[in-house]
Amino acid sequence: MTEATIRPPRRRRSRSEINPLDYLKRPWMQLTLFLSFLFLYFPIVTLVAFSFNDSKRNITWKGFTWKYYEKALNNDSLHDAFVNSMIVAGTSTVVSTALGAMLGLALHRYRFPWKGTYEGVAHLPIVIPEICMGVAMLVFFNAIGMKLSLTTITVSHIAFTIPFVAVVIRARMTGFDVSLEEASRDLGASEWQTFWHVTFPYMIPGLVAGALMAFVLSLDDFVITFFTAGVGSTTFPIKIYSMLRFSVTPEVNAASTVLIVITLSLTLVAMIVQSRWAKGRQQ
Amino acid sequence: MEDWRKNKGAFATFLGPASFWLLVFFVIPLILVWVYSFGERGPQGQTYLALNFENYLRAIEPIHLGIFWKSVWIGAISTAVCLVVGFPVAMGIAFAPSRWKNPLLLIVVLPFFTNLLIRTYAWIAVLRTRGFLNFGIEWTHEKLDGLATLAGFPEAMGDFVPLELLYNQYAVIIGLVYVHLPFLILPLYATLEKLDRSYMEASLDLGAGQWRTFFSVLVPLVMPGIVSGALLVFILSMGNFLVPDLLGGTDSLMIGNLIAREYGAARDWPFGSALSFMIMYPVFIFFVINAMAARYRTHKRAAA
Repeated sequence: MTEATIRPPRRRRSRSEINPLDYLKRPWMQLTLFLSFLFLYFPIVTLVAFSFNDSKRNITWKGFTWKYYEKALNNDSLHDAFVNSMIVAGTSTVVSTALGAMLGLALHRYRFPWKGTYEGVAHLPIVIPEICMGVAMLVFFNAIGMKLSLTTITVSHIAFTIPFVAVVIRARMTGFDVSLEEASRDLGASEWQTFWHVTFPYMIPGLVAGALMAFVLSLDDFVITFFTAGVGSTTFPIKIYSMLRFSVTPEVNAASTVLIVITLSLTLVAMIVQSRWAKGRQQ
Repeated sequence: MEDWRKNKGAFATFLGPASFWLLVFFVIPLILVWVYSFGERGPQGQTYLALNFENYLRAIEPIHLGIFWKSVWIGAISTAVCLVVGFPVAMGIAFAPSRWKNPLLLIVVLPFFTNLLIRTYAWIAVLRTRGFLNFGIEWTHEKLDGLATLAGFPEAMGDFVPLELLYNQYAVIIGLVYVHLPFLILPLYATLEKLDRSYMEASLDLGAGQWRTFFSVLVPLVMPGIVSGALLVFILSMGNFLVPDLLGGTDSLMIGNLIAREYGAARDWPFGSALSFMIMYPVFIFFVINAMAARYRTHKRAAA
């Protein structure tokens, strides 16, 4: 018998032949996804597009220009705010990555009394409304008599990014094989050596992803910063806020676009790092 | 997992620094706000420590209770809209062929990583009187008007009046849905992804239709994901400050704006603290219930 005779007669694919659970093949699902993505992207895309628009009013397209970027670049207070944001995000990322990684590791590794409660409290900064945390920090710094400055912003940012880093590290550690540590100890390495040569290298992708996440969260934060920033410690989002309260100009769009480009590229780097390592682990 | 007593030194080294930081710069500030919420406001806006419930009584006065109620209502509607929009999206991604999953997820989370302030601001340009949406409507109106004139009814469409889309509670709801949608899609996707599909196949094989399978099999199975995602979105929407501040009008003052006002211009910190804890108490209660439920489940499993 030849192959051709075994093959069933070719039929037209009818609707009923789509696997009933293959929802993505259904037109209504495709339409829903398309509309949702349109909803998610339309505002941002138009915002970015109109930062290049050669018109003071953000309504009709008048031609391409870089002039609002030049204007934003030459805006000294915007420039200062950007530098402030970088200082805050950089410092808080270093501290919160170190502390958050240790926290994540400890939560992954140890069993201890009241662990559930501890975790609940430690993860509270993720779930409570930002404004509650913002006013709490304001009250605290006021009570201890600390003047609001870049330091108070940084301290607050560290506190709210620690749990995020811990979550990322913990997720990374779930794939860790404890027998590697046991082998290292059996072969005579001290606990310290085992940590640096076995556990730590395994954590690195999580550390990179956690650090990038902390950086982006800090750089983007508005509400907590709003309450902990004093005179002369304006960050980039705070500056954008005061600009757009004053008037909505393409210059605000240009400044926003700069921030979007920075955070999106950092996020993409974090995702690529994680997926590379995930692939490496599978092989 | 190791018992902490086996190696107390390492345990303290790892857990200590972060615990210290969170205790000093998060837990103590929260406790301070809680203490302030029983305090009194001095004539110059200072805070005197006291033990009275006046701030809470003020918080439930009709005018403030109305704002509180409005926040709950706007939060609930935003959560419902998020569910209706987010569920099909999460489902589409979870049931997609595996090579499509990551790109689709990336499309959903990317806007989430752009700045909250900028995402909210972007809607101003869309919704305002001379915004994109009104522009689109005006364009459609013009074309329809042209058609009507051609058809011999030159006055049928009337003059175009731009819609007031911005600075009202609908704009706030749109903004809240926009900002929080990924918070709902991600946990829903995670639960749908882990779902054992054979339940759905069994239901379909046994003659239930897609709708019946959806409501009687799929939804009950992913209820934990729905509840946790919806609660998170609800808490964050209700307590949001930036979205009503930028997109809202006089009819959409929310509890977050009220807190910001008490801490800012009104300078009544004790009252602001009480308001802030009016949001925090339900959050705490929910977490205690959640923790107790988790403990109960593990005990039951251990007993079985």
